Order: sequence, then structure tokens, then C-alpha cells
Amino acid sequence: MASRARPELVCPAGTPAALRAAIDAGADAVYCGFNDETNARNFPGLNFSRAQMRAAIEHAHQRETKIFIAINTFPQAGNGTLWHRAIDDGADFGADAVILADVGLLAYAAKHYPGMRRHLSVQAAASSADAIDYYVQTFGVRRVVLPRVLTIGEITSLNSEIDCETESFVFGGLCVMAEGRCSLSSYVTGKSPNMNGVCSPASHVTFRHEGDELLSVLGDYTIHRVNAATATPYPTVCKGCFATEKFKGHLFEDPASLDVSALIPELAAAGVTALKVEGRQRSRAYIDTVVRELRRAIDSFAADMPIKTESLRYLSEGQATTQGAYRKAWR
Amino acid sequence: MQRDFYARIADEAPVDVVYLGEIVCSKRLPFVRDVIEEIAERLRRGGKQVVLSTLALITLARERKDSAALVHEAVCDVEINDIAALRYLAEGQPFHVGPLVNVYNEGTLDALAARGARSFCLPPELAIDAVTVLAERARHLDVGCEIWGFGRIPLAISARCYHARAEGTAKDQCQFVCARDLDGRPVRTADGRDFLAINGVQTLSHTYCNLVIDLEALTRARVTSLRLSPHDCDMVLIAKAFRDRLDRRTDPQTAWSQIEAAAGGVTFSNGFLFGDAGYKFVGAEGRP
Repeated sequence: MASRARPELVCPAGTPAALRAAIDAGADAVYCGFNDETNARNFPGLNFSRAQMRAAIEHAHQRETKIFIAINTFPQAGNGTLWHRAIDDGADFGADAVILADVGLLAYAAKHYPGMRRHLSVQAAASSADAIDYYVQTFGVRRVVLPRVLTIGEITSLNSEIDCETESFVFGGLCVMAEGRCSLSSYVTGKSPNMNGVCSPASHVTFRHEGDELLSVLGDYTIHRVNAATATPYPTVCKGCFATEKFKGHLFEDPASLDVSALIPELAAAGVTALKVEGRQRSRAYIDTVVRELRRAIDSFAADMPIKTESLRYLSEGQATTQGAYRKAWR
Repeated sequence: MQRDFYARIADEAPVDVVYLGEIVCSKRLPFVRDVIEEIAERLRRGGKQVVLSTLALITLARERKDSAALVHEAVCDVEINDIAALRYLAEGQPFHVGPLVNVYNEGTLDALAARGARSFCLPPELAIDAVTVLAERARHLDVGCEIWGFGRIPLAISARCYHARAEGTAKDQCQFVCARDLDGRPVRTADGRDFLAINGVQTLSHTYCNLVIDLEALTRARVTSLRLSPHDCDMVLIAKAFRDRLDRRTDPQTAWSQIEAAAGGVTFSNGFLFGDAGYKFVGAEGRP
């Protein structure tokens, strides 16, 4: 029965140690990136050198785990070599797929490596069967990572219309805006997710006391102003506290993480092939716990047992979780 | 009100192309559909080329159906703002690529031009180096290259409506509260500093992009057109200030002052063009 197909568990890794942890904890596939601007988690000290990536793929393949390489920023005009080389090396090292967002890169990969699987990154924000159809027909995309703007009902009907697999976020940080179409970070800092692979980067963050209050500031703008005794929120623009007319507070989104582990049966019934965890910037210990919990949840589901994932809550931002756009009321 | 605005644009604004349509919210789309033909005709009589712009985020069945119908019914060129709209075009039908499609490099520009794109309005966050490369490529392919020249900058689009959220309701029960804020609703930081503006599901900059003093650099880069995003101010005067400067009838300082007077007490920015934070106003040749 379709509702008992076991979805693939796709997990993040920002370091070789996190990658080994994800594999040991039961990931079916791990996604990671090179340590440069070609990936959307381009943080200091994170991601893989060429040698590390080659070794990671070998390690994963020995354990029957797949490796997807995220090359999901948009190449700089006049300077695409870095991105093309990332695809070349991914193919050379035997990656199971490359995750791409840019139309030009998809064209490059389809032309030069037709045999290598191309997944469409969430950064491409393909939010309808019509958009997905373009990528499938034109570039032979085999899997689409769905933007976090769709309800489960919409995912169900989308899957009935398209000719490729879908991968859906199940746990981790949550973009409120359509992914890959947001310039809030570059408006404040000059550094953009699309071009530089960073959002609200730590290099532009300052924390400052003012009386009893603690301010978390991004660039020149105060994103949070809280009582100094409370936990200090990181100043990601879309999670900040702002005022507009009578409204004061988290205008865009509360500081909560996505957790739809309880919806695994519904996502599987909607025809989703793979469940994805956000968080290449997270520690090895975090990856270990989250992957283990979700492995157990998916296996319980497959065995027709109840799903218990309460412990995931303690790993969420502010220990608060949301089911985001998967529930229509979120809009 | 819309009719009056466009009638004046048709008769008095020295612009070549007018983009019509609803790109932000599908719930507003029916209002636009009711008047679009009449307005397009009015603009054409005024000698303007009309381009129909489509939604920036096409997700729902209704949005797909309405967008497809608009494209099929269009008696003018079409601008796509979501890759989905490519599917609604007839085989070989030329189109324009709007600023909300991610065209960051030559590879993407080539692929879309090969599919029939006649012009590209580049993403507003691109800096002059990238603009120069893309404008050159566009020239080589004989397609247009436009950039965002005036108005609040579109920074993000979402499935969630922030106007509705600010009113304590959800998108489905929005009662079109956004209609009260023609320039978007101002968003301030906790310090009371102006920061952003919300326009339903869209988030805009607080600052108005204004590249009037950068026109020489843009001309050198072979940018072929500038987009002026309409605001609740005298857009005819704004358009004239840009036109006069492009035709070298005014110097940068004069053009700047004219725009400042017409826009009325707004803060200008051009940071994106120089690879800086978008809200900033940074050095340029004709800096007043």
C-alpha cells in the first residue's frame, strides 16, 4: 500500500564528523557542500574540502548511504568557474546527485553529466506542478525539494501531476519567505543567500546592552530587543521583532523550528519520496539525536506503530516548534 | 482610481513601456482582470508598449488557472515572474523575464533567451559588475536588459500574508486590508527605526531605490531600460526627471532634487548596485 512506503531519510552534514554521525544514526542519504560560495550554508569552518568530500562519498557508499552535493547558490555573472568545477568534481567523486537551484547550472550539469542525478534545490522555489514541469522537461530533474510554502493537500495533488520524485522538509530551521527569492539579508548586510550562501551572517551581528535590555543587531538594525535575563535570540531578519501600526512582535514568524515528524504518515500518503532535515550548520551531537529520532519515527510508521518524537522538541529553536505552511492556517 | 492613474501615465509620462497586472497577490487578481483590457487600450492610445506581468508566486490551483488564462487571453507581450508561467506561453511565444526570476548569470540568461525571452529585468540585489556582464551578454543575444531604477525594492515573497497577520487574522480572511496602504505598510525596528514595508505577501524595503545619479554608469554598462515602480506620488514628474537626465537635459543634482521633491520625504538607496547593503546610499559619480 502506498501509505506504507518507507520514505527516504535525507540528513545534513557540515563536517565529516557530522556525516559519519548521520550515517551511523540511520540516514538513507546525506547532503553536504564544498567549503566555498557554491553552497547555501557557506559558514566559516563548515563544509567539505575536495579531499574530505571524496573520502565522505567513499565512506558513505561502503555503508550503502547516498551522498547528495548541494551546489545551490546562484553563480556570479562572469565568474561561474567555481560552480562548474563543483559539479565536475561531484561527478568525478561519484556523488549520487547534485542539488542545484540555478537554471544555468542545471543546463551545464544536464549537458556535461547527463547520467548524474539532478535534484532541484528548495532554493529554486518551484512551488507548482507547472514550475516543476519546466525543470523536469528541460533539464531532466529527477527530484524536487519542495518549497516550504505548500500544504499537505497541495503536495498530494502536485505529486499526482509531476513526473519526478519529491523531497519535503520535516525538521529544522524554517524559511518564512519563499526560499531563494529573499534579499532581506543582503538588504541589511550586503551578503545574500543566493549569491554568497549566507543569511544574516554572524560577521554582521553584534549584541549590546542598553539598561536592562539586550539588543541583537544585524548590520545597523536592531532585530531583537529583549530583557537581558532571557535567552538572546539570533538576529535573523525574518524572525525579528518589529512594529507596524498597532502590531508589535514577530511580524513574519515566531522563533520556532519546523517539526512535522508527527505528519510523517500524511507526507508519505501524499506521495513524498524523501524527508529532509535542515541543519548543515548543526553539531555532530545534534545530528546524531535528530537523525536517530527520525529514523525511529519512520521505522515505526513503516511498521504501523505509533510515532513518538517528543524529544525532538528540546532541540528546536526556543524549544518551540511549528508545522509551518503544511497547515493552511499558517498563511 | 487605477483608470485615472494610467490615463495620466498614457498621456503625460515619458515612458516607453508600461507593465500591467498583479504580481503580488492572487486574491487581488480579479480586480485587475476586470480593468486590464481597458487600461491596456488606453495606454496603447498614448503610444506606450504594454506588457502583462504575471504573479510572482504561483502555487494554488486557482493561481495556476488564472495565470494561464491571463497569458492565453493576453493581446500584448507577457512578463513572467515565476518559472511556472513558462508553461502557459504558447510554443515560441516571446516573453519578458521579470525582476523576481533569478537571473544571476549568463548561463541562466542564455537558457531563457533560447526559450524566447526578449528582455530581462535583473534581480535588484545584483551589483554593477554582474549587471555589466549580463547587459553585455543580453546585447550579444539582441535582448533587452533592464534594472530596477526607482521605488521600494521587492525583497521577499511568502505564502503568508503579513498584512493579515498584523491584523490578527489569516490570508483567507484578509478582507483586503492591504488596500489601505498604497505604498506598503511601514515596518519599524524595536528602536522605532524605519526598516521595511509590507505589501500583503510581499516584503519591500523602507528606502526607495533611486539610480538617477548612476545613469551614466548604467548607460556605459549598456543597460537598455530602467524600471520605475509606481508609488503614491506624482509618477509623471518622477518619469520626467529620469527622462530628462537620460536625455542630458539636466545634470544629476537637478534630477535628484526633482525626484526628491516629487517623492516627498522618502529615503533613497542605491547600495545594491555597488555590492553594499541595499538600504545604503553609497558613492556615485554624480552624488549630490
